[in-house]
Amino acid sequence: MSLRGKAAIVGAALAGCGEAHGKSAMEITVEAVHGALADAGVSLGDVDAIATCQPLDTLSGLTLAQELGLNPKFTMNNRMGGSSFLSHTLWAAMLLELRLADTVLICYGSNQRTASGKLMTALDLPTYEAPYQPMFPLSSYALAADRHMTQFGTTREQLADVAVAARAWAQKNPEAFIRDPLTREDVIASRLVSDPLRVRDCCLVTDGGGALVMRRAETAKDHPRPPVYLLGGGEGTTHRDISEMPDLTVTGAAQSGATAMKMAGVKPADIDVVQLYDAFTINVILFLEDLGFCKKGEGGAFVENGGIAPGGHLPVNTNGGGLSCVHPGMYGIFTLVEAVRQLRGDAGDRQIDGAELAMAHGNGGVLSSQVTNILGTESTL
Amino acid sequence: MAAITLDSEMTDMKNSPGPDAVFAAKLAEGVFEIQKCGACGAHVFHPRVICPTCGSADLGWVAPTGRGTIYARTVVRRKPERGGDYNVVLVDLEEGVRMMSRVDGIAHDEIAAGLKVSASIGEGADGGPAVVFRPERGAS
Repeated sequence: MSLRGKAAIVGAALAGCGEAHGKSAMEITVEAVHGALADAGVSLGDVDAIATCQPLDTLSGLTLAQELGLNPKFTMNNRMGGSSFLSHTLWAAMLLELRLADTVLICYGSNQRTASGKLMTALDLPTYEAPYQPMFPLSSYALAADRHMTQFGTTREQLADVAVAARAWAQKNPEAFIRDPLTREDVIASRLVSDPLRVRDCCLVTDGGGALVMRRAETAKDHPRPPVYLLGGGEGTTHRDISEMPDLTVTGAAQSGATAMKMAGVKPADIDVVQLYDAFTINVILFLEDLGFCKKGEGGAFVENGGIAPGGHLPVNTNGGGLSCVHPGMYGIFTLVEAVRQLRGDAGDRQIDGAELAMAHGNGGVLSSQVTNILGTESTL
Repeated sequence: MAAITLDSEMTDMKNSPGPDAVFAAKLAEGVFEIQKCGACGAHVFHPRVICPTCGSADLGWVAPTGRGTIYARTVVRRKPERGGDYNVVLVDLEEGVRMMSRVDGIAHDEIAAGLKVSASIGEGADGGPAVVFRPERGAS
């Protein structure tokens, strides 16, 4: 038995992206839910399973049920950081396939920009890292970038080109938060925060929310918009704290991607458009390698000189990513919403012509949790 | 991996402080020790209840040589009025375990992967004892 193509995303929406003054995280979440239900043509009362994960509210699944006035059959609150939502889709597909639920809602929202202006987290520094005061989470990614540069000769310029590509995509997306031109030189001249990472290597701090509605494939075409089918999914968890990561140059994406692509019956070369959780520039290089788009150690060359920018050899983070579009603390659901838009043909100036197969990939913790989803149009079933 | 059996070690464990508390108490007395698995011989850090290699609860304490090699490093850039820049490193100990730490006695920009270092007990950010490193004599 396989989950391939058994469930589909039938509704998707964003809310409060950028700055959502005067709104709580849950209010932004519920605005996104309202949008996704309307997009799906589904009544609130039809929702019988819910999934969310929020940075500060550790019981956010319960809060969500309360705010929506629902008594769901299943309340999923898996907490793996920003990758959680790509795990929620897998659990949703399982519930749907087993007929334990009929309509699953997956959602997220955060007001971290207008509420605090910085990453909001309930996490304390780990016991065996706290004495050395690494910046959380930035220094963890800086250590990974340093190791990648040492081991493979990845360059400062190649890291910068990830941010430059994200900005070029953002310039095609009217919803992106920052759309000013950005050059490699701008990135390299930006303020050093935790070597080798500079301010422009880091994702934005914005508000924002997203929501998805999933149903079984057999009823997916009863909704107004074209269904986006979940063809495969996989997870990998290698550690929680960066000091416990077995190899800082190999992430759990190697496992999650292989699992997801095996289930979907596809290989990297088949994928038309890729959405990767780009909390920092190094993430994209690591994930492209681990997901098999290039060999280990060659991610820098892959992204160099516009490799993943508009007109490059692989469209990556077509919304502008966490680096230039939106990053409200946990970005995972935004990879899914952008994949849905590309597969529906709704992506406007940034639309990838004929996109039928998309990858969405989430990262949680400090390269700790990796979750991959493969999504496709009806033609890929 | 062999099946886990509950042996007398587990009975002892119930009445003893956990490995985090043991490590902290040793450190407070000026002693840096890591764990070694009596079943498979693997060294273990951070301190754990069962061996992450084989699952055994037979973990004892041993003194590492203190020698290690820098695996990765970053320098956190902080304004001078708030204390200035400081380094954060990951060190691979000779015993095969890795830990986060800081290297003292060397310019931040001279710290790089491959640098040989040795451990001592210094002060952590909270003022408490912490394992820190210095470049090995003759290495830099």
